[in-house]
Amino acid sequence: MSQINKELMKKIAKNAMLDLSDAEIKEFLPQLEEILSYFKELDSVSTKNVEPSFHPIKIKNALREDIPESSLTKEEIFSLTEHKKDSHFKGPKVI
Amino acid sequence: MLKQHINSVKNDEVNILESTYKVLEKIKKLNSEYNCFNTISEDLAIQQAKNLRKDKGIKKKKIPGLFVSVKDCLCVKNVESTAGSRILKGYKPLFNATAIQKLIDEGAIIIGKTAQDEFGFGGFSTNVGLGYQIPKNPIDKEHSCGGSSGGSACITQLADFPHISVAESTGGSIANPASFCGVYGLTPSYGLISRYGLIDYGNSLDKIGLMSKTPELMQEFLDIMSGKDLKDSTSLHSQPTKTKIKKVALVSDLMDGVEPEIEESTLNYLKDYDYEEIKLPITKKYSLAVYYILALSEASTNLAKYCGLRYGQHEKLEGNFTEYFSKTRSKHFGKEAKRRIIIGTFARMAGFRDAYYMKAAKVRTLIINEYKETLKKYEIIATPTMPIFPPKFKEIEKLTPLQNYLMDILTAGPNLAGLPHLNIPLKTKLPSGILLTADHFNENLLTSNY
Repeated sequence: MSQINKELMKKIAKNAMLDLSDAEIKEFLPQLEEILSYFKELDSVSTKNVEPSFHPIKIKNALREDIPESSLTKEEIFSLTEHKKDSHFKGPKVI
Repeated sequence: MLKQHINSVKNDEVNILESTYKVLEKIKKLNSEYNCFNTISEDLAIQQAKNLRKDKGIKKKKIPGLFVSVKDCLCVKNVESTAGSRILKGYKPLFNATAIQKLIDEGAIIIGKTAQDEFGFGGFSTNVGLGYQIPKNPIDKEHSCGGSSGGSACITQLADFPHISVAESTGGSIANPASFCGVYGLTPSYGLISRYGLIDYGNSLDKIGLMSKTPELMQEFLDIMSGKDLKDSTSLHSQPTKTKIKKVALVSDLMDGVEPEIEESTLNYLKDYDYEEIKLPITKKYSLAVYYILALSEASTNLAKYCGLRYGQHEKLEGNFTEYFSKTRSKHFGKEAKRRIIIGTFARMAGFRDAYYMKAAKVRTLIINEYKETLKKYEIIATPTMPIFPPKFKEIEKLTPLQNYLMDILTAGPNLAGLPHLNIPLKTKLPSGILLTADHFNENLLTSNY
């Protein structure tokens, strides 16, 4: 398993859309090093031929008939946001 | 006490509206002292009580007039629901979580949203979101309530009125505060109760459950809230496979580091059972690493949707997409949320995914197998719930994030395996508890065990 450093943490923060201050990076770095080195414990267990578990119990595909149902109205949904215009969400500049 | 109250309400022997006003006054006072609620849903509670007074079908309802508090991470219609995070401040859901709707349909009165670690990220309710208050332990205000459902445990211990709290556990967030506040805390099997309307932490781990001062109505509550829900594809309808506790397994290798008084009290509790000591070596060695890798990976994807656009906190629309979203998230997420997003994002990144996320998912299989094999021979697996008594806030401040995570050593296993588990208060000087774990969908063994 690989270890973390300042440059890598900046890259992760960018991927996660977080602006971390220098003080936060300085605080997090040793903490994350400690946590990731604890995670290394897992290197010592053999998982050859073991299937991963993405749920604790077996989940079957749960599909329903494609029948239209009523949903929330536009008015209700837009009541939760300040950023709206003409029945659309108004977002930040894309281009 | 709970059944008696329900019958009095059904028979109109008690004026539920007057009782509701009294309860609201009481919890406002308690809240000013203990910070157990993020929001008190006064208008909703009064309306529900008024509706009950007029309801001609009240005798057919299962829990009319029972006062229910709800962890802040569960959506309650028109009541601010934030999972204890400032990024969701102001968010009033347009719908009820399925579990809450079912309780309301049976006559529950919802009194408020309880305090918690932001998004469930903690074991002491000290990682509350920016601007939120930390709940205090009812036994001694200098001590933690535990977490992440700390507010639920706090009000459950304090309430001298008929009350149950709906809480949620990802890695121990019901059992831990129940132990620290000295109340019953039941986490059901994964999938038993629909997660629709739950503000997610880790989707493969989150379970809605209960806290109560008595085990009296736990099974009735589960029966109301459980069942297949088309809105949650992981919800299940399932029946118990066992009816009686014959043998109990005490996990001896998880007793290392447990406070001597808690250990002694645990053994004392088990005296009445036919129990044997067993070991769970894979769970002991790997469950915490597996839990934190998986939970944080899932959390980092779940938190990606909070961006200040559709609900919750908004900022002035400035800059491009990335700049706006990053600014909003950085401003409103607390420190532990940021830390967990970073770790979870790292564990899923190209180049690291196989070493962390996939490896953890495979070791999770080994842990589940270890539990399932044990539960073929025993109906119940027992450990203490927490290795320590509720710590003082001053002591918690000194812990590193990893030391915080290690406190989940006894609760991570049953949560990873999605097994139902119950904290039962022990008779110790400060609050503590024993944790009984049963096989999937055998909650009946836990709720009838008195």
